[in-house]
Amino acid sequence: MKEAVTVENLSVSFSDIRVLRQITCKVEEGEIFGLLGPSGAGKTTLAKVLTGQLVQNGGVAKLFGKDTRKLGTKEREQIGIMMDCFGLYDRLSVYDNLAFYADIYRVPKSRIWGILKSIGLEQAGKTAVQKLSKGMKSRLSLARALMRDAKILFLDEPTCGLDPVTAREIHAVLEEQRRKGTTVFLTTHNMYEAHKLCDHVALLHEGVIVEYGNPAKICGKYNRLQKLLVTLKDGKTVVLENGSSAALPMKEYLEAERVETVHSTEPTLEDVFVELTGKELGADA
Amino acid sequence: MHNLIAVFKKQCKDTFKNKTVFIQFILFPALTLLMNQTVKIEGMPKNFFVNLFATMYIGMAPLTCMAAVVAEEKENNTLRVLLLSNVKPHEFLGGVGSYIWLLCMLGAAVICAAGNYGLRTGLVFMAVTAVGILASLLIGAAIGTFSRTQMMATSIALPVMMFFSFLPMLSMFNETVAGIARFTYSEQIGKMLGQVPSLRLGMDSAGIVAVNMLVFAVLFAAAYQKCGLE
Ligand SMILES: Nc1ncnc2c1ncn2[C@@H]1O[C@H](COP(=O)(O)OP(=O)(O)OP(=O)(O)O)[C@@H](O)[C@H]1O
Ligand SMILES: [Mg+2]
Repeated sequence: MKEAVTVENLSVSFSDIRVLRQITCKVEEGEIFGLLGPSGAGKTTLAKVLTGQLVQNGGVAKLFGKDTRKLGTKEREQIGIMMDCFGLYDRLSVYDNLAFYADIYRVPKSRIWGILKSIGLEQAGKTAVQKLSKGMKSRLSLARALMRDAKILFLDEPTCGLDPVTAREIHAVLEEQRRKGTTVFLTTHNMYEAHKLCDHVALLHEGVIVEYGNPAKICGKYNRLQKLLVTLKDGKTVVLENGSSAALPMKEYLEAERVETVHSTEPTLEDVFVELTGKELGADA
Repeated sequence: MHNLIAVFKKQCKDTFKNKTVFIQFILFPALTLLMNQTVKIEGMPKNFFVNLFATMYIGMAPLTCMAAVVAEEKENNTLRVLLLSNVKPHEFLGGVGSYIWLLCMLGAAVICAAGNYGLRTGLVFMAVTAVGILASLLIGAAIGTFSRTQMMATSIALPVMMFFSFLPMLSMFNETVAGIARFTYSEQIGKMLGQVPSLRLGMDSAGIVAVNMLVFAVLFAAAYQKCGLE
């Protein structure tokens, strides 16, 4: 697999605060990569370095092999960006905002309605941006990133402030992008979303990456108990070893139709991150 | 050029929506038409109001609009997204500038019409106006680039605009003020507008305007160096 993003020993400081401390990570081409971490961890900062909006104090960051301090016209054409500050024209309509960028990106305006439909903004096409809710603005900003055929999308909290149904529509859009071969770099506070969508996640905490990997594998790694919790219909809970020794009792419970629920003691991504950061994530997610 | 036209078209769509800017464009042309029709004072020079309001229009509208639009785009991060999308600073400024320039020329055409000029004198009037608007755009761009927010741009643009627009008028009453006003482009543009009927424009006036524009260009470059467009 080729690397879309390569980060080596990257450090960023603001005056005397060290926000990123020599972090190293990578994003493979065609995957959805999730950058997780508590508020203020430096997620947006890393996204800014990778998109050439901020220059690091040390280390290297590369986008498709090109140093992000030297991104040129050609590289920028391959990047779709959705920032936390949306950068939309308040007085223009949703459609006009995208029409303007269709001009700038030199793509046909005919794709605008299709994109609006896919993110559920079709109804608001003629509405002025200043009349949109925050979640709608964030979707419009995502729509703009989708307008050009980018090779990589940088999405800063694409589902922040959205209801679960709309969030799922966005997930479908991102999965569609992955099918098309687009690399997606996203930041999120939503652990469920990260688990469901991402091929790899990195957890940023106090300026360092404390965990990196496939979400399911990370959860497996922290499953120290290796037990099964069986709740029976009479309310009793039985703890079984997660192994062959559990086969017989399980079979008996099932044959007697006594099983209410079965759970593994595997932690969720959220459990892992609370354990690693000592902080509840995403109070605002 | 492609991006410049795109920015220009985007500004056009914003014309009737951006009321604070739009009012700048129509205020003085409307005022000229009104005053020219209604107020007749004994011994008043011909086209007194036309020249006065044209000078004020040139000093005010392009300057405040340019500063406001640039600063607003900075404040709302729309400019940052544009620059990330490969729009070059000169394409953005060119698109916004040419839009404001054209709109102001339309307003100036109305003022010109009120002056009842012939074809040749009318064209000279418009040519002088065109240069004046360009000079104002340069200061406006410098202020907009220097400001982080629209509020900041307005508070800087206001005194600057007052200085350039009112000085020519005040110089009629005070020697000292006239001494300073001599060196401003607005005073000289006003003077040249007064010379339009004779078709003889003072070369010294043109020289002072050129020097003014040079200074504004340097100021803009300094603001751009210091603050950039992000
Ligand atoms: N321009 C700046 N000047 C000074 N400090 C900054 C600047 N930008 C960010 N910081 C600081 O860097 C740290 C990381 O900020 P960043 O925006 O990257 O966090 P984040 O992980 O994106 O947080 P959130 O989840 O809340 O969006 C914060 O402590 C913030 O105060
Ligand atoms: Mg952030």
